[in-house]
Amino acid sequence: MFSRDRWNEILEALNANKLRTFLTAFGVFWGIFILVALLALTNGLRTGVTTGFANGATNSMFMWGQSTSMAYKGLNKGRRVQFKLDDVEALKQNIPALQYVSPRLQLGGFRGANNVTRNEKTGAFGIYGDYPEYIHQEYMDIIKGRWLNYSDINAKMKTAVIGTDVVKSLYDIGEEPIGTYIKINGVNFKVVGVFQNPNTQGDSEEEANNIFIPFTSFANAFNTGNNVGWMAITAYDHTSITSLKPQVLSIMREQRGVHPDDQRAIGNFDKAEIFARFTGLFDILGFVGYFVGALVLLSGGIGISNIMLIVVKERTNEIGVRRALGASPWDIKSQILQESLVLTIVSGLAGIAAAAGLIWVMNYILDQSGPVENFANPSVNITVIIIALIILIIAGLLAGFIPASRATQMKPVDALRTD
Amino acid sequence: MIEIKDLHKSYSTGNNSLHVLKGINFSVKEGELVSIMGSSGSGKSTLLNILGMLDEADHGSYTLDGVPIKNLNEKLAAQYRNKFLGFIFQSFNLINYKNAIDNVALPLYYQKVGRKERDERAMHYLEKVGLADWANHLPNQLSGGQKQRVAIARALASDPKVLLADEPTGALDTKTSYEVMDLIQGINEEGRTILIVTHEPDIAQMTKRIVNLKDGLIIDDTMVDQVKALSHV
Repeated sequence: MFSRDRWNEILEALNANKLRTFLTAFGVFWGIFILVALLALTNGLRTGVTTGFANGATNSMFMWGQSTSMAYKGLNKGRRVQFKLDDVEALKQNIPALQYVSPRLQLGGFRGANNVTRNEKTGAFGIYGDYPEYIHQEYMDIIKGRWLNYSDINAKMKTAVIGTDVVKSLYDIGEEPIGTYIKINGVNFKVVGVFQNPNTQGDSEEEANNIFIPFTSFANAFNTGNNVGWMAITAYDHTSITSLKPQVLSIMREQRGVHPDDQRAIGNFDKAEIFARFTGLFDILGFVGYFVGALVLLSGGIGISNIMLIVVKERTNEIGVRRALGASPWDIKSQILQESLVLTIVSGLAGIAAAAGLIWVMNYILDQSGPVENFANPSVNITVIIIALIILIIAGLLAGFIPASRATQMKPVDALRTD
Repeated sequence: MIEIKDLHKSYSTGNNSLHVLKGINFSVKEGELVSIMGSSGSGKSTLLNILGMLDEADHGSYTLDGVPIKNLNEKLAAQYRNKFLGFIFQSFNLINYKNAIDNVALPLYYQKVGRKERDERAMHYLEKVGLADWANHLPNQLSGGQKQRVAIARALASDPKVLLADEPTGALDTKTSYEVMDLIQGINEEGRTILIVTHEPDIAQMTKRIVNLKDGLIIDDTMVDQVKALSHV
């Protein structure tokens, strides 16, 4: 279909009016450019926001005790709810869909008073008592040594895994932290590992300021008994934590002697729900990107169709001559269709290339100037490009269709008569 | 070569119907050089268009080289035009963004002749009309006479049975007209059948037979002593 002769015919015709060809092509160029650029920006926003969530398992919730708002079973309202270790067992036994139920304890916190010392150096860090499973709920890269394990838990070992920022404040440069001791609120812990956050952007710096010690050792050293500060709960992937939440809460109310209707006594944060809300938002944004882009592209296509109509009208006489010389209606039609197709596809590819260039420039600037909050790695995948190309081809065919059929509607004698 | 019987054609313009051809009977033998004369509105162009399959008759029969031309669809008509007919127009109708040789090669392009052979044949006909040196010139770089000669080369390119010329000298000055007529006479000498529509008596005298049309009917059909165009140049 596209022999060298055809190409010559098409290029000659398009060359005959260069400025018009260029302006027409620009409509489609612009349309596809906007489409791809919009999708890339949406994607960048999406990656930027979701990497914030990627620090931990998203199918998770957190739960902590607050004050009761209703009297129940002889207990006054306003009572402080304190979780206990047996609550964890109750949850695990009653809800098999829960993958991890991690009780947690906390000491101090960020911007707290100095609580850790090593030789002459001191610092204020978040101290957490945790079970080994917790690393599956909040991801950390262990860059030196190891993470907590069950022999630490069972033997109540005074071991600690510290963040890279802790190392920075307590150690000299080049000093090996593994095997050294740090004093947490006066109790000595042996450093067995150093962790770093999987992606360092946004507010994650704070979290590399933490020290993790075995839950049991925490309880022992700081006299918290069976108390649980709060819980991080993750469900298996096939069940959403949001659907399990009412069950989790009602078990906890029963365990802690809270009125079944007391909404305030147990606080919770549903990460999955927030995550779903963001995902939904970005799905809508993506849809808007497609919609706006497709409309701009459509107007470009209409531009091509319009110009091809004018071209056909202008070339009525030429078409008449060609038919007198033996061009069949299909010869004429296919030439108009191909002209429109070539115009659309070439300008579309240029648009895609320009958008790819823009994306490259954005990524380059992001790389140079460091991470920006909530925006990362703007990109479009190859499927989007293929979809855009298919849209282009369809647009090109549609744009050429009306002019092409218009071109052969006239009798050759009438076509020849026009000048 | 051409055989038409009782040809009728009318156009409707608004509410009025204009009867242009009112029963034409007419035949042309192979190798003839015929001029069709008549004042404007006599129907001579309409007749030529029907002969050229650019327009359809309402009524009557038309046989070209033994092939009945009837109920053609556009595709078949295009094939017949390409194979049987060569057109020469008053306003040349060259494609202005194609150079001379590409214009001449166009009928061959639609015959799906390969590029190399096409260019050879087109060049051959350009040589024949004396424009080999102008092969790569665009139409707007050529004079009127040169343009018409390119158009004649184009009409000859597909080696048609019949050449149809609609006022071929209408846009040319007298001297150039005679040059073009000399070329046409030469082509006729080689045995090609040619029909010329004209309203110029001197041009008609250069053909071998004059058919006079008036109000859609043939009023006169006479053989003439051909005047050689060369004698005027």
